[in-house]
Parts: sequence; C-alpha cells; structure tokens
Amino acid sequence: MKYRSFIIFLILSLLSLGFFLADLVWGSIHISISEIFSVFFGKGDSGINSEILLNFRLPKAITAVLAGASLSVAGLMMQTLFRNSLADPYILGVSSGASLGVALVMMAASVLPIAFVSSGWALIVAAIIGASIVLALVVGVSFRVQNAVSLLIVGLMFGTIAGSIVSVLQNFSNPDAIKLFVMWTFGSLSAVTWTYMQVLLPVSLLGIGLAFFLQKRLDGLLLGENYARSLGISIVGTRFLIVIATGLLAGGITAFTGPIAFVGVAIPHIARGIFRTSSHKILMPASVLCGASLILFCDIISQIPAYTLPINTISALFGAPIIIWIILKKR
Amino acid sequence: MSILTTHKLSIGYSKKGKTDVIQSALNLELKAGELVCMIGPNGTGKSTLLRTLTGLQKPLSGKTFIDGKELSRLKQREKAMLISLVLTDRIEIENATVYNIVSLGRHPHSDWWGNITDNEDKIIHEAIEMVHLKHKMNQNINELSDGERQRVMIAKALAQDTPIIMLDEPTAHLDLPNRVEIMLLLHRLAHKTDKAILLSTHELDLALQAADRIWLISVERGVEFGVPEDLVFNGSFNHAFESKSYFFNADNGNFSLNYPMTRKVWVSGHKTRMYWTLRALARAGYMVVEDADTKISVTEDGWELKEKEISTVEDLLHELNILFSDQK
Repeated sequence: MKYRSFIIFLILSLLSLGFFLADLVWGSIHISISEIFSVFFGKGDSGINSEILLNFRLPKAITAVLAGASLSVAGLMMQTLFRNSLADPYILGVSSGASLGVALVMMAASVLPIAFVSSGWALIVAAIIGASIVLALVVGVSFRVQNAVSLLIVGLMFGTIAGSIVSVLQNFSNPDAIKLFVMWTFGSLSAVTWTYMQVLLPVSLLGIGLAFFLQKRLDGLLLGENYARSLGISIVGTRFLIVIATGLLAGGITAFTGPIAFVGVAIPHIARGIFRTSSHKILMPASVLCGASLILFCDIISQIPAYTLPINTISALFGAPIIIWIILKKR
Repeated sequence: MSILTTHKLSIGYSKKGKTDVIQSALNLELKAGELVCMIGPNGTGKSTLLRTLTGLQKPLSGKTFIDGKELSRLKQREKAMLISLVLTDRIEIENATVYNIVSLGRHPHSDWWGNITDNEDKIIHEAIEMVHLKHKMNQNINELSDGERQRVMIAKALAQDTPIIMLDEPTAHLDLPNRVEIMLLLHRLAHKTDKAILLSTHELDLALQAADRIWLISVERGVEFGVPEDLVFNGSFNHAFESKSYFFNADNGNFSLNYPMTRKVWVSGHKTRMYWTLRALARAGYMVVEDADTKISVTEDGWELKEKEISTVEDLLHELNILFSDQK
C-alpha cells in the first residue's frame, strides 16, 4: 500500500514537471528545451526569447502551479468541512466573495493610495477578506441547514448576491475600470507579473502550509462534528482556521487570475480515486500535484488556438462533466 | 472502583432564558469492568444524559467527576483521553478502510502530524481483532453491513484506549443476531479490558441478560439503578414502563400485552407446550383460572378438550370459540 502510493507520487511529480516544461515550450513563439536550459543556466544571450521566457512564461507557469494547488487544497478542505462532496470555493460563492472584493478595489482605485494598489496588495487583501466573509457566512448557515443540496443552493445565492453588488458597482463606475474588471473575470494566468508574484507566492504558501498543518484534524472531521469533538478536536478553532486557510488560498488566487471554476471540486475527487484513501496526509499533497498538473495542462491547451482562450473556459470543460459524474455515482 | 460519578447532576436544555429540565438531582456512578445499560421510555432523557456525561452538552447544574477530575474543567483533548464515543451518526466517507477509521481513534494520542508508529499500529490491529474484523481490515467501510460498521466504530473506541466507552443505541437498526452479537461483545470487552462501558438501548431482554447494572430512567421516578434482577424483584420495571396496553412480565423479563380477557379456562400439562399455549390463549382473550369449568390438558403432541384430541393451536382456538359461543 505504502509502496503503491510512493510510485504514484513519483509519477505525478514527473507529470507535473513535464507539464511545467511543456508550458514553457509552448506558446505563440516556439522556444526549444535546449534554449530553456541555456537561459536558465546562464549560457544564453539576453535576446527576445529569454525575455519572453523569464518575464512572461515562467511567472505564468508558476502561477498555474499555485492556482491549481491552492484551489484544489481549498476544495479538499471545504469538502471535508461541509461533509459534502460537491463543495468547492467556486460553487459555494467564495470566489464570488473574492470577486466582490476585487471589484471594490478596481472601481474605487482612484481613492486608494497608488503604491498600495499597484503592488497587488490591495487586490489580494480585498479578495481574501471577501472570500473569508462569504465562507464564514456559509459556515454559519451550515449549522442550520443539514441537507447537502440546500447548502449548495445557499452558497449559490450568496454568490448571486455578491454578483449583484458587483453589477450595482459597475453602474456607478467609469468605463475604464469596468473594462479592467471584465477582463479580470475572464480569468488569466498571465496577469501575474513578478511584482504580483511577490504577493501571491507567500500568500499561497501560507495557505497551503496552514492546510497541511490542519490535515490531522481534517481526518477527524470526516467522522462528523460530534465524533471529532470526542477525539479531542476543538471544533470552533478548527473551523476558524479552515476558513482562514481557504480564504487565503481561494481569495489569493482569485485576486490575480479571476475566478477559475470546477478545479476545486474535481481535483480532490481525482486524488481520492487515484490513491483510494481518505487520509488528508496523502490527499493534501496529491491534490497539490493533480491540481498543478491540471491547470498547467489547461494552460497548454489554451495556447493551441491562434489567440489564447480564457483559462476559466478550459477548466470548466474538464470540471463540469466530473460534477455530473459525481452526482450520478452517488445515486 | 468507580471511575465516573455525578453529584446532583441536572440535565436538560436552556434556550433563550427558558430552561427545560429533563432529569435532576442525579447521583450516578460507573465502575470499571462493568457493562451498564441505560433503558427507559422515549423522551425520558437517555440521549441527553449520555451527551451530558460525555461533555458534548453542558449540565444545567451539578457536576460530573471522572477519575477524580471535574468534567467541565477538562480540555477537549483530556476528555478524549478518558471517554470514547460510539454515536448513531451515520459515517459516509469515500474510500475509507476499516483500518483508516479505527486509526482515527488514536487521534488524541498521536503527535501533531498524526504519524502511526509501530506501537500505534499494534494497538489498532488489536482493536480490530477484538471486534473480529481482522479479515476485513483493508475493506472499504461502504461495503460493510450495518452490524460490521457498528463493530468498526466500537474498534475505533477501543483504539482510543480510554477507561470509559459510551455508546448511544449501538443495537438500533441491527437485526436480532447482530444485536445479540454486539451486546455479547460489549459484555466481554468490559470484563476483559476492565473498562466501564455505558450504553443506551431499547432492547430490554438483551439488557437484562448482558448488563452488570441497569440505569432505569423514567419521568416520574428519575434514574433507578441496580443489578437487573434486583430491579425486577422490586417492581421498578413495572413502574418505569407503566401502561394500559402492556405490562412488564417479571416471569420472563419481557413485555406482555394486556389483552381484554373475559372467558375463563383451566390449563394443565406438558411444560414447553404450556408456555406457547398460554400465549395463544391470552391473545384470543382467555383468562387462565384455576378450576374453571372449561379444562384443557396439554399432552406430549397435542391438546385434550372435553375428551377430544386436538393437534394444532388453530383447531384448539376454533373448538374453544364454538364452546363459548354455545354457552352464551
């Protein structure tokens, strides 16, 4: 059993690495693997290819890895927290909460100090706060609503409310800000420059670190709240930490890449299917690797047409069928 | 040695300033190595008492002491080292094996990362062996029967290695062989491992047979406790389950239905057949009275009524009906 897990982890790691390199190679301009190596190990010239690679494709590929890992881990935590296999940041309105935060910053940007806005901190802080508030609201409702499907509908409604507030904001904003916001909602991995990366990377790593720290308690939560308490887990504290971790992960990623749907719900299921376990000690790193691979793969596919497709579209093409499959399987 | 005691414990719910006291002034105790069954009609507070004793719910007043320490002052983890629970909550986890679930019992003992050391692994194996599920160790719990799932949860409680195990209706939803199996298992575990095991149940006859001690809960009389037979002799059962339509039959430890009995017969004869004959007669409304005019004698392979040989209960009741309708 342990041997089998080890082999699968090895294969997944190699797969992620392969996709990562492929993501660097592919694009509107072809850059060969040998060129990539020469750029990285200092022998290459500082030509246009090296510029594209270092300042465009490398941050984009790192963002893809972070986005896949963060959203998958966030989805895994939410599925355990709500004991609902369809929970994920997008479905339960957490991403919408983040969008609301982003909309507030983008459309109110004129009143905020410019250094705060341009460094990306304003975006990410607003998104994390928005995400955490919606998640806390959904957790609050989950005390009263036991039914899994009802909870999903409540989440959808919170998302809709956040969306409506965004629409109201748009009505009062100038066209430039609206255009900026609409572009953002399409979802793009290439929006993350090195400046933004300095913000996104620590936030994502902090969130993932917190999630790994919680893995033992998450195992206990699988048995339900009463059993978890009887195992010595403090429910209130754990729930709070899960909300914070999920807010950091979902809010942080959404702030820069826009809402990416279905990754959070689909990847934990894929990880469970591959490793055939319920232990978060395995599922957590498995979700990181599977999520990173999937988003890298989506990004590679989005490069194939003449002009780049929004990442959200591609991920939905993969994720939505998986949700239908889960519902059919549960019957 | 008593491991758990309560002092003037009062249980119930307090909501928006309104208090609903279900039971009060409870002075109870649990002893190590004993199986205690809590029985009583619905709505008398069995679950509330169990939740209060485990610390899942606060008492309205009074105190619970475990191992000399006051329950309300203990941290969540310290409680988890003293009491393990088996609840009625249904477990739905994808891809969890028997081993996975039982290993969760080690939660309060293991380090923050939750590594399973060789020693932990040994304890988990022993717990699974004690509930006779060794052959299903790596099976997915969704593939198990209800009885097996209940045994998995008991193994989880054993792996938690606490001096007290409490179970909320562990035999509910199980068929008769599984109910007997679970009761016997718990009885054996209490004696073998010297743990105090407390469970709530509706299985009166099983509880009477397996329990070392009974907590009998009723609205009027609170919690009465003692060795099962003593409670039978002093009539506590009859009081606790008082009703017009049935009564606690001290002769066999079961409930008997109160049939309207107007017609009198006298029965004598063979012993085993006698028991079933009496049941059938009671159901049909015949009161058995000494030296009644109508006499039935039970023979080895049938009955004799008015010097007539009868071979089935159906025919017997039929003959009696004819007899009594003639008399009217």
